[in-house]
Amino acid sequence: MAIRRFWVFIEQEAGKVHPVSWELLGVARMLANQVLPEAEAAGDQVTVEGVLLGYQVEPIAKEALCYGADRVYLLDDPVFEHYRNCPYYQTLAYVARKHEPEVFLMGATTLGRDLAGAVATALGTGLTADCTQLAMGEVKGAKQRLLLATRPAFGGNIMATILCRQHRPQMSSVRPRVFPMPERISEPTGEILKEEVLVTEEGAKACILEFVHAKGESVNIEYADVIVAGGRGLGSPEGFKLLEELATELGGVVGVSRPLVDAGWISYAHQVGQSGRTVRPKLYIAAGISGALQHKVGMQNSDFIIAINNDPDAPIFDVADVGIVGDLYQVIPEMLKQIRALKETAA
Amino acid sequence: MFHALVAIKQVPDTTNIRIDPETGNLVREGVPAIMNPYDAHALAEAVHWKRKLGGKVTVVSMGPPSFIVTIREAIELGADRGILISDRKFAGADTLATSYVLAAVIAEVHAEDPLDLIFFGKQAIDGDTAQVGPGVAVRLDMPIVTYAVKVRDIDLQGRTVVVERKTERWTEVVETPLPTLLTCEKEIAEIPFAPLPDLIRSLRYDPEIWSREEPIEFDSGQIGVRGSPTIVYKMGTPPLPEAGEKVNARELGVGTAVSHALDLAQRSGILSAVLGGE
Ligand SMILES: Cc1cc2nc3c(=O)[nH]c(=O)nc-3n(C[C@H](O)[C@H](O)[C@H](O)COP(=O)(O)OP(=O)(O)OC[C@H]3O[C@@H](n4cnc5c(N)ncnc54)[C@H](O)[C@@H]3O)c2cc1C
Ligand SMILES: Nc1ncnc2c1ncn2[C@@H]1O[C@H](COP(=O)(O)O)[C@@H](O)[C@H]1O
Repeated sequence: MAIRRFWVFIEQEAGKVHPVSWELLGVARMLANQVLPEAEAAGDQVTVEGVLLGYQVEPIAKEALCYGADRVYLLDDPVFEHYRNCPYYQTLAYVARKHEPEVFLMGATTLGRDLAGAVATALGTGLTADCTQLAMGEVKGAKQRLLLATRPAFGGNIMATILCRQHRPQMSSVRPRVFPMPERISEPTGEILKEEVLVTEEGAKACILEFVHAKGESVNIEYADVIVAGGRGLGSPEGFKLLEELATELGGVVGVSRPLVDAGWISYAHQVGQSGRTVRPKLYIAAGISGALQHKVGMQNSDFIIAINNDPDAPIFDVADVGIVGDLYQVIPEMLKQIRALKETAA
Repeated sequence: MFHALVAIKQVPDTTNIRIDPETGNLVREGVPAIMNPYDAHALAEAVHWKRKLGGKVTVVSMGPPSFIVTIREAIELGADRGILISDRKFAGADTLATSYVLAAVIAEVHAEDPLDLIFFGKQAIDGDTAQVGPGVAVRLDMPIVTYAVKVRDIDLQGRTVVVERKTERWTEVVETPLPTLLTCEKEIAEIPFAPLPDLIRSLRYDPEIWSREEPIEFDSGQIGVRGSPTIVYKMGTPPLPEAGEKVNARELGVGTAVSHALDLAQRSGILSAVLGGE
């Protein structure tokens, strides 16, 4: 009997977990379920497991059980208090060699991207970055189902499905918000296993002298419930006032297409799309955005999309739940008026 | 003397990529090839420190002979030595195989003429993987600082470097021992105008071409397709989602169009969820 392990790196910084970790536990469970029939037939066991590095982070390990991990390997040590490439990758490579996971998923965050390439190289295995679809599929010539990792290629115009036939683990990174958050269970049955920490401060190879926090705005559009997004159709930076007004009214934040960031109208943190953020708010309003593929991949998983564009053939309408063909400078003020009226009747 | 190495890649200018709507294939004609923008900024920073401290900058690139123009461009931007690693057998390399080749070349350059800093771009814009830099650092057992936005200080005597790196939540100031590998954001340096002598030199410059056997021998099991654990299994166009309802403000009037749209949002339960009502 073998154990087929589906691993997720549980990412945390300063004791705060990155929610992509929970999204990935959901994905790992989905993948594990896809191999369950063939595993049962072969008498194999299938488990979903998290790996957590940090200092005094046991509560996060417990939380990982609530998001579906059967087991969490915990490496708790002062050397992991702040993220550094060397001790982290060496430790992950060590635990992966010891337990031999079949699949290993990491978030494609700044931290995750710094780490994933190093871990894959240390293990001499394949890594597919920024996957947007994952499945365990039957592949000709393979005895077991393999990870089919699909990602955009060539500027998002083509989707490529990548296989890692022989080497293990099959590694993928996934951006936050590409997959939904799984249900949280309050009475988990999984276990936490403490692993021995072999790296030392001397081997860390880097010393963080200082953390500088940016002054002023720190937007996090990835986890916003409402995004009011504008594109080149705004015509001038003044259009932002309208977007902001509508966003404030709806308790949301402002997003943009890439040209507005390139033009220096607003910071990169607001950019939605393939080279910006992936978002999945409850409500996404796209105004004056044509709907290029590279923009759509970043927002098409939103629960409800309203598109405003004066070109009836704009591709953004293909992903919209409702499209308003019209001038945004007329539509948004009207929308503001009606929403305010709705709020008043509700109150 | 300061010695820096910069890994540069030639990429198609993805802002110009088009798909043939009939065939769904990539239109390659007329897509200009450029130096990966992040690598160009990394190179500018390496040259800046060379001018400040005295020393030299070596650039390396792995790719077909057409990459020579990109190496010449690097000479124009102030590099002193250019190496092109080019052999049919390297074709089809994924990031693991690429990192193997680059690491072996960097180790060889370092053995001849010790390196202080190794610059990589944050990522190559054709694949956006950001994997090769960390992979090379692991193979060379060297410290790495990713997302570098500023090199604050290089201490050649004390053998340390202080670098600022930008993460999602803050900027970190990191000290590492030399040699260190950096992967750079565009903010690391502005690309300066090339001085005339560099421009002239670049026109006639012929890079060294390294093959699979010369001047160092690469393990054929670790290069090209054989050395790449990942393969492309399928290519396809992204699936088309189902379009929703469209209302025309010009035909219906803005007021009616908007109320219809909000009504649909209301009925799907979104609006009340968002407005926090019942
Ligand atoms: C590798 C790569 C990565 C990329 N990454 C991203 C990314 O992350 N995010 C991103 O957004 N883009 C990205 N792009 C760029 C993308 O291809 C498009 O160029 C971009 O999204 C277009 O932005 P836009 O819709 O604002 O502008 P446009 O395409 O110019 O569209 C403007 C729209 O506004 C409409 N309009 C004009 N005036 C009005 C008005 N008064 N009222 C209503 N509508 C009006 C027009 O009909 C038009 O549809 C990327 C491209 C590449 C090659
Ligand atoms: N073929 C190559 N030749 C030289 N440098 C490369 C090559 N491929 C990648 N690089 C370097 O690795 C960085 C990251 O590339 P990637 O991991 O492909 O996103 C680039 O910015 C380059 O500095």
